[in-house]
Amino acid sequence: MTSMTTFETPGGVTAAKPTVAGHVRDYLARIRGGDLGALPAVLGLVLLTLIFGSAEPETFFSAGNFANLFNQAAGVTMIAMGLVFVLLLGEIDLSAGYAAGVCGAVLAILLTDFGYPQPVALVAALAAGAAIGLVLGFLVAKIGIPSFVVTLAAFLAFQGVLLNLLGESQIVSIPDGFIKSLNKDSLPVTWSWILAGVATAGYAVAQLLRFRARTRYGLVTEPIGIVLFRIAGLAALVLTATAVLTQERAINPDVTSLKGVPIAVPVIGGFLVLWTFVLGRTSYGRHVYAVGGNPEASRRAGIPVDRIRISVFVVCSFMTAAGGIMLVSRAGSVDPGTGGSSTLLNAVGAAVIGGISLFGGKGKVIHAVIGGAVIAVIDNGMYLMDFSSGTRYIFTGVILLVAAGVDALARRRAAATGNR
Amino acid sequence: MAAKPLLELRGIDKSFGPVRVLHDVSLSVYPGEVTALVGDNGAGKSTLVKCISGIYPIDAGTVTFEGREVAVHSPRDAAELGIEVVYQDLALCDNLDIVQNMFLGREIRRGIALDEPAMERLAGETLASLSVRSVNSLRQLVSSLSGGERQTVAIAKAVLWNSRIVILDEPTAALGVAQTTHVLELVRRLADNGLSVVLISHNMNDVFAVADRIAALYLGRTAAQVRASDVTHAQVVELITIGRSGNLGLPPEAPNDFADLLPGAPR
Ligand SMILES: Nc1ncnc2c1ncn2[C@@H]1O[C@H](COP(=O)(O)OP(=O)(O)OP(=O)(O)O)[C@@H](O)[C@H]1O
Ligand SMILES: [Mg+2]
Repeated sequence: MTSMTTFETPGGVTAAKPTVAGHVRDYLARIRGGDLGALPAVLGLVLLTLIFGSAEPETFFSAGNFANLFNQAAGVTMIAMGLVFVLLLGEIDLSAGYAAGVCGAVLAILLTDFGYPQPVALVAALAAGAAIGLVLGFLVAKIGIPSFVVTLAAFLAFQGVLLNLLGESQIVSIPDGFIKSLNKDSLPVTWSWILAGVATAGYAVAQLLRFRARTRYGLVTEPIGIVLFRIAGLAALVLTATAVLTQERAINPDVTSLKGVPIAVPVIGGFLVLWTFVLGRTSYGRHVYAVGGNPEASRRAGIPVDRIRISVFVVCSFMTAAGGIMLVSRAGSVDPGTGGSSTLLNAVGAAVIGGISLFGGKGKVIHAVIGGAVIAVIDNGMYLMDFSSGTRYIFTGVILLVAAGVDALARRRAAATGNR
Repeated sequence: MAAKPLLELRGIDKSFGPVRVLHDVSLSVYPGEVTALVGDNGAGKSTLVKCISGIYPIDAGTVTFEGREVAVHSPRDAAELGIEVVYQDLALCDNLDIVQNMFLGREIRRGIALDEPAMERLAGETLASLSVRSVNSLRQLVSSLSGGERQTVAIAKAVLWNSRIVILDEPTAALGVAQTTHVLELVRRLADNGLSVVLISHNMNDVFAVADRIAALYLGRTAAQVRASDVTHAQVVELITIGRSGNLGLPPEAPNDFADLLPGAPR
């Protein structure tokens, strides 16, 4: 707290002039005040990585396993991204798992029985997802059935729909093509680096433009040091990951070479950017937060609350379909278990572990991605350490409970400091 | 009596199912004046406000704005006329910050993206024009503000839009002495700037401190609308509690009109 310079915002409201030290202080104060965001999940991810890495350095830290993690996480993470929208309104979608299975089955059947071209089948599967969301959202928003009940019913029904769609054979394999490579193959090395460059540059430009716009309006800005630090951090992360992923990871490189960033990465990244923009930078996104925070206030502000409520289910089921496509792409086929067993619970778990509040109004799409990474790392690391799948479930459950506990304690803390 | 009312309500009726909450209510609101709307708990003040702002449809009666009869069907219609309401429960989103709340439902956009800097600047200017200099940051979550600060944000939100009429439902009910004074000063300043202000309050000191006119509701009816300088505390209290005071107020000879509203009456 040395010489505190002040700063005049438009109209003459004075504020403290931003400094790096001040910014760090504010951040720490926010954490202490119970506004944890994704911090626990990021720390958890680092901790788990260190544990599994030291237990199984050979396998866990191999480039092959690193690439594999993305493919493993893709399906659940996409579903979790969609769930963020529903959770922001304090609603839930229990049918997301089997909805993913149903959309995957639609995809596979259109590709095989009907012989549709790949892009058509893909769009149809996504449209099926959106249609499911429309029905669920209508039942919740217009009829007024609690989402827990609506989606529980849908969960049961979709399980049956999946069985009936698959018919006698009970397993439908998808033909080769770009859908199959979505969650299986990798980008060529050149394209991997181009992608890394574009992502880093895009982030830097977005950050700097924001900084410039605020400066131009004479508003309080973050210190430029913090902005540059963030850009450098992201660049380091992206470039390191790309360097690892462009290593040769085939067991027998002479037969087939295997290197490059998995295609799943730009798919997840693209949706992450899209939904982050939608939630953070559009009035639609603002209204989603508002309805999640105070529906009555939103209604009085002229926000069409029912339409917002329906729309989040549409987004959720759309992302569920996208997640289903990734699951099918990875497995190469659809069976009655696609999207079943722990898919939904892992997706909800990913969102909660990432720091999304189940009480609505709080959370970002990136939280679902970080949570999805935590789930995938647990699954992957414990598998490599030869734990039985029973033990893995138990451990995942414990982690989820820890995350929910941290959230609850943080919320108590936040209520006490008025930071809710 | 030169000035014409900006907003005039005549014969407003409103029922919720069998419950008749407003009965032949009239109210005139003048530019540059503070009109206090008083009445006991359940008299129908908040309901009347929600009818004006388009949250509840009215069953009968006319609403005249600048001499023109208007129909207000939604909060948006009211906002277009320049009618802004600060509700009793404030209706702020705790999970959003000050700027986000002030622009809720009417965000400034640039293409499809929100223009945050423009909104933050305007919010800052509006708060400053209300002589508010106490917020730490315009990006503070509303949940971390004190009652008076929340009230100020809600008022700033209402005046942000070049509004003509600002209606405040019990703005000082939950405030301490200093913050009450501040909010009342704010209310007076709005009227001095030429706005029409409707102030709902149970506190006679507040009412007489800022109001130019007083309209009293009694069991969902207009008891009287008078100039504040023409009446005393005691008279207003009588208007509120028994619906009349001397030759002011509702005629005493029609008690049956209230039969369905009085407590204990057979329904
Ligand atoms: N949505 C509703 N449905 C049925 N009755 C209602 C509804 N809203 C209000 N009422 C009834 O209308 C009457 C007037 O309520 P209102 O909230 O307008 O009173 P008020 O004058 O604002 O009281 P207070 O001073 O306590 O705020 C009350 O008897 C209330 O129970
Ligand atoms: Mg009231």
